[in-house]
Amino acid sequence: MKTSSPQSTLLLSKWKRIRKQYQLYLFLFPTILFFIVFHYIPMYGVTIAFKNFMASKGIMGSPWVGFEHFERFFSSYKFSTVMWNTLIINLYELIIAFPIPIIMALLLNQVANARFKKLVQTVTYAPHFISVVVIVGMLYLFLSPRNGLLNQLIVWFGGEPVFFMASAEWFKTIFVFSGVWQNAGWSMIIYLAALTAVSPDLHEAAVVDGASKFQRILHIDLPSLLPTIMILLILNIGSFMAVGFEKIYLMQNPLNIGSSEVIQTYVYQTGLLSAQYSYSAAVGLFNSVINFILLVGFNQLAKSLKQASLW
Amino acid sequence: MTIKAHAKDRWFDFLNYSFLTLLMLIVLYPLYVIVISSVSDPNSVNAGQVWLLPKGFTLEGYERIFQDERIWRGYSNSLLYTSLGTAINVVLTLTAGYALSRNIVGRNWFMFLIVFTMFFGGGLIPSYLLIKELGMYNTIWSQVIPTAVGAWNIIITRTFFAQTIPNELHEAAEMDGCSDAVFFWKIVLPLSTPIIAVMVLFSAVGHWNSYFQALIYLREEALYPLQIVLREILIVNETQENALTAAQSDSEMLRIVDVMKYGIIIVACLPVLVLYPFLQRYFVKGVMIGSIKG
Repeated sequence: MKTSSPQSTLLLSKWKRIRKQYQLYLFLFPTILFFIVFHYIPMYGVTIAFKNFMASKGIMGSPWVGFEHFERFFSSYKFSTVMWNTLIINLYELIIAFPIPIIMALLLNQVANARFKKLVQTVTYAPHFISVVVIVGMLYLFLSPRNGLLNQLIVWFGGEPVFFMASAEWFKTIFVFSGVWQNAGWSMIIYLAALTAVSPDLHEAAVVDGASKFQRILHIDLPSLLPTIMILLILNIGSFMAVGFEKIYLMQNPLNIGSSEVIQTYVYQTGLLSAQYSYSAAVGLFNSVINFILLVGFNQLAKSLKQASLW
Repeated sequence: MTIKAHAKDRWFDFLNYSFLTLLMLIVLYPLYVIVISSVSDPNSVNAGQVWLLPKGFTLEGYERIFQDERIWRGYSNSLLYTSLGTAINVVLTLTAGYALSRNIVGRNWFMFLIVFTMFFGGGLIPSYLLIKELGMYNTIWSQVIPTAVGAWNIIITRTFFAQTIPNELHEAAEMDGCSDAVFFWKIVLPLSTPIIAVMVLFSAVGHWNSYFQALIYLREEALYPLQIVLREILIVNETQENALTAAQSDSEMLRIVDVMKYGIIIVACLPVLVLYPFLQRYFVKGVMIGSIKG
């Protein structure tokens, strides 16, 4: 090795460093190429939202039409339904599905018996590995008006069977709670990990002062989780308009469409099934932009509250 | 130091244990019912008599499943997509994660390029048109290339390397005339089994369970992965059935599909279920590494 002692690596000029580390650039090359092709080219491709896409002319050659597609979306009769469903489903999910893993982690953290703790964890995050297709298949089975378990229970208690999967009123609730069933245990892991970092001294001191377990959860554990909660909340809000598209699409049918049509399923419907590429790309872009604004805005807000931020 | 336990704490513990036990039951019971229904007499299942134990033991459902060509084909397609996709995924994630864990010129710039895609994207339609233009539509490649590597996994991997491979180690190797590639291959990889396991598992489960890539990019039935076949049997069929009245539907057909449903869920989840006990601790590790700010 003629070049250098380790310290001088840092002092080498940029170009020398690049030459010296060319193998690392080769490592990075395929991935960067991948991101450029599969993420950045589609970002450019979004310009078709401002054009009238014609397959024969390609994205570049199609004529510009400005905001025509956006205007069409905003004035379409679908707009209010689609926006409303998207917002409500996500808000519902945020209110129900977000806090549950936190509560579960706080409670599980109080369990002294290590084997029981492990058991609860193993069991509760198992459903995370089941595919959405199977989850929705299970929903159809368990909620079937003909022989589904839940309806049998309802009938047994003297009620009338409810056709859950075909009812617009039930759609959002089924969507959110089946999501909790599948993912709460999994989301809990990160909070449990954060709780292991809480200093035992704090708890000991609190015990000496006569604090009950519940008080310690409230005044020691919960505050120590706050930064983690904030980060996850920001991330959640950053994908506010995007969650659960695959599952919503699978759960959707003509009978519940009134409450299950969200922006993304609408994009899929108009874009891929009816081939209105430009219009659908405009709707999709509108969605991404709102998402991005929410993310940046909320991150800023969190920063100013001095809790946590992503950047 | 012993301090008398708070009197309220005993109540708290009692309620806490009961609550968590109830939670486990809520999670487990549906899975349990699927298992016992899959080996029960379909008539008992339909009559709603299968609650606690299998009734009228039969393997007819499984026999039907093994006779169904679609399922076999879906299974082998899924295996192919999963193994190929995972291989590509892991290689790209590890190499990129490693390069980014080192102090290369332009590192922050590359990181930004990657991380930005987590927050903004072109969306469905431009991606779809791109895949078509690249000639990947309706080929295996559409199932493995567009998801070849993910930003989040790169972050996790980079953090792992940055924390476990001390700089001194690299400097020592450099003194001995070891190139970056050799160092990565001979020293970094053997020290990195946990992160490799995490990435293999994340990616394999993801590929095995994915259906949306297939839904948009595949047209030919011969290429369908298992999840698309499942969707047809478990969901599309059910929706159609709901649209028909009992008299219209072919009752024998209906019976066969019903018999198959429970078993097919088990068969589809089998690979993941078999691996689950081994996977679990690696998964937890992966999530924890990911949670550390890097």
